[in-house]
Amino acid sequence: MRGHSPAAMAASDPPLRFEQRHLLGIEGLQPWEIRDLLDLADGYVELNRQIDKKRATLRGRTLINVFFENSTRTRTSFELAGKRLGGDVVNMSVSTSSVKKGETLIDTAMTLNAMHPDVLVVRHPDSGAVALLARHVNCAVINGGDGAHEHPTQALLDALTIRRRKGRLEGLVVAICGDILHSRVARSNLLLLATMGARVRLVGPRTLMPADVDRYGVEVHHDMDRGLEDADIVMMLRLQTERMQGSFVPSVREYFHFYGLTQAKLAFAKPDALILHPGPMNRGVEIDGDVADDINRSAILDQVEMGVAVRMACLEALTRPLRNEL
Amino acid sequence: MTLRTVITGVRLLDPASGLDAPGWLVAEQGRIADYGSGTLDARPGDAVMIDGRGACLAPGLVDIRVQLGEPGAEHKETFASGSAAAAAGGVTTLACLPDTDPPVDDPAMVEFVARRARRVRGVKVHPYAAITKGLAGRELTEFGLLCEAGAVAFADAGHAVADSLVMRRALSYARSFDGLIVQHPEDPALAGTGVMNEGEIATRLGLPGIPAAAEVILIERDIRLVELTGGRLHFAHVSTEAGVEAIRRAKAGGLPVTAEASPVHLTLNELAVEGYRTYAKVSPPLRPERDRLAVVAGLVDGTLDVLASDHCPQDQDSKRVPFAPAAFGAAGLETLLGVGLILVHNRQMSLLDLLARLTCRPAELMRLDAGRLRKGAPADLVLFDPEAPWQVKETGMRGLARNTPFEGMLLQGRVLRTLVDGRPVFEADDAA
Repeated sequence: MRGHSPAAMAASDPPLRFEQRHLLGIEGLQPWEIRDLLDLADGYVELNRQIDKKRATLRGRTLINVFFENSTRTRTSFELAGKRLGGDVVNMSVSTSSVKKGETLIDTAMTLNAMHPDVLVVRHPDSGAVALLARHVNCAVINGGDGAHEHPTQALLDALTIRRRKGRLEGLVVAICGDILHSRVARSNLLLLATMGARVRLVGPRTLMPADVDRYGVEVHHDMDRGLEDADIVMMLRLQTERMQGSFVPSVREYFHFYGLTQAKLAFAKPDALILHPGPMNRGVEIDGDVADDINRSAILDQVEMGVAVRMACLEALTRPLRNEL
Repeated sequence: MTLRTVITGVRLLDPASGLDAPGWLVAEQGRIADYGSGTLDARPGDAVMIDGRGACLAPGLVDIRVQLGEPGAEHKETFASGSAAAAAGGVTTLACLPDTDPPVDDPAMVEFVARRARRVRGVKVHPYAAITKGLAGRELTEFGLLCEAGAVAFADAGHAVADSLVMRRALSYARSFDGLIVQHPEDPALAGTGVMNEGEIATRLGLPGIPAAAEVILIERDIRLVELTGGRLHFAHVSTEAGVEAIRRAKAGGLPVTAEASPVHLTLNELAVEGYRTYAKVSPPLRPERDRLAVVAGLVDGTLDVLASDHCPQDQDSKRVPFAPAAFGAAGLETLLGVGLILVHNRQMSLLDLLARLTCRPAELMRLDAGRLRKGAPADLVLFDPEAPWQVKETGMRGLARNTPFEGMLLQGRVLRTLVDGRPVFEADDAA
């Protein structure tokens, strides 16, 4: 494992091996690319805790957040990241209904491209949509979450949270629990954690488990107690309650009974197990309020803090080639 | 104008009679006047002479699963453009599906299709009629009147008849008119919002999947309903090993069940959708290799009676979108023969057997006077070179539909000429 002690290094350029043009997913990233991004983000965590949080890394650059799906949390995190690096940040909400009126996603991409942005952060309800858009623009594109496919910056921020609290990723037992089927967070996380040598378990009802997911080299559990046994990290996923009625699971009450994280279930995990949740949480559905607020165990607010740092690191990594061209 | 065409120096192929010999053919007044092996003794005067130069001359292909956009989606394909695409593919007779706007579910619409197709004077177009009104799966259409108007079979196109009682009645009622019911075998409830085959790749791409069971469940159910009613049933584009096996068993039991394969399911597997390639988004979805091999085996051993193009034209706006909202379907008319010939070149089936599934067998199912060489029969013919290589390029396609998942693929076997009623409807640029 490489050292990742929080060094004040954001001002200088540390060696960074990141040669991707876009950040569309964790799939395809090499372990050293992930490690370097996390190392860079470590520095930004320290910067963000200072009074003067501003850097000029993105000075003169334009970042556009293009959100085809609402997300205050992710959008704000990217917005802060861009602004703290000195870039110009514009938020654009595009309702998919207006796209349906006739303008295709490719038209939108070409329109945006004509505005000469340097980075686009794109969130879209359809899997693969961000990759499609990326093919039609000249700038770097960051996937801010596409359908049930990937959410790479979430996985990176989760990894940073874990690494800072546990000192490592390899060898840790991580239980990802809940609605795996619809979760892009779960996909990106299992890819990243497996790449970095963690042991990943997926825990949830059979109806919320994707087909053939066991072929990813993960353990699959349908019993929460066994799934959490000796886990170092318990990563809970948000359950969309509208999906529950009479289809994937019979009721919220039943779901919480079997898969909601309570102190009793958490007792099966290691005593120092850390709890993560990408938010927003449904208290009493996938997680008990007491557990969520347990300051000794819950790293949920850490995740939010790491989110800004990770996004700053990603923005820097993707725009660094641009600076080299100058 | 000369009404006689003489084609010499060809390899004459007629799968219905098993003929495969060097020979010649004379077409007169739009019909086959004579044909035979060896060389033509008397050289007829006043005739268009075509030197086949050793290419294959076979009955024109009969494609029983074609979607045309007209009426309602003329920007995707029209009778004229679809006919041009068919002719370029060696197809001389096609049956077009009823899922137009409005759908072909009453006799007036059947007559409209027949009239419009006649006016184009391209290949022969026979309309399907819907099994249920508005393709809604609830009320049967007027099978008798629709047959009288010219419908060759009944299908709800890409919609399965999901209600067992409606399907039972359709099979039972159609018997009075010897009507063929064509089912899209996919349980819609189980397919849900799926957009590709359910499995590891769908999971990785984050796309909702359609399990193979959605196909075999409906096939097994419908086979039981055939047992109950005795109606003639044909399964379109079978895509799974379990589906092929169920049909094989039903046939062994002597049931009046037939089925078909489509070129995409014969040659591509689910890997083709990697990178969210929407041109490979078809219904039923591309399956794992094991299923593809089963479809090939089914076509080879005759469990799948027919190879049909499943031509489903889509415009760019329907395909240049993310995978989930993209339209299902692939253009198939122009690549039908070339893709089918892959099996011949791979020595998986003989040329005559392949042609049987493209000519006489589909014609028999639809009770059409087509698909065989016979004196007095319409001179619907295709001249093709089974060895000639070519590359599929959407820019070179004759139809409006360019949504081919075979883009860039090298195929061996080119159509040189297509004749309908003795009339040339397609000539390759270098055929003359």
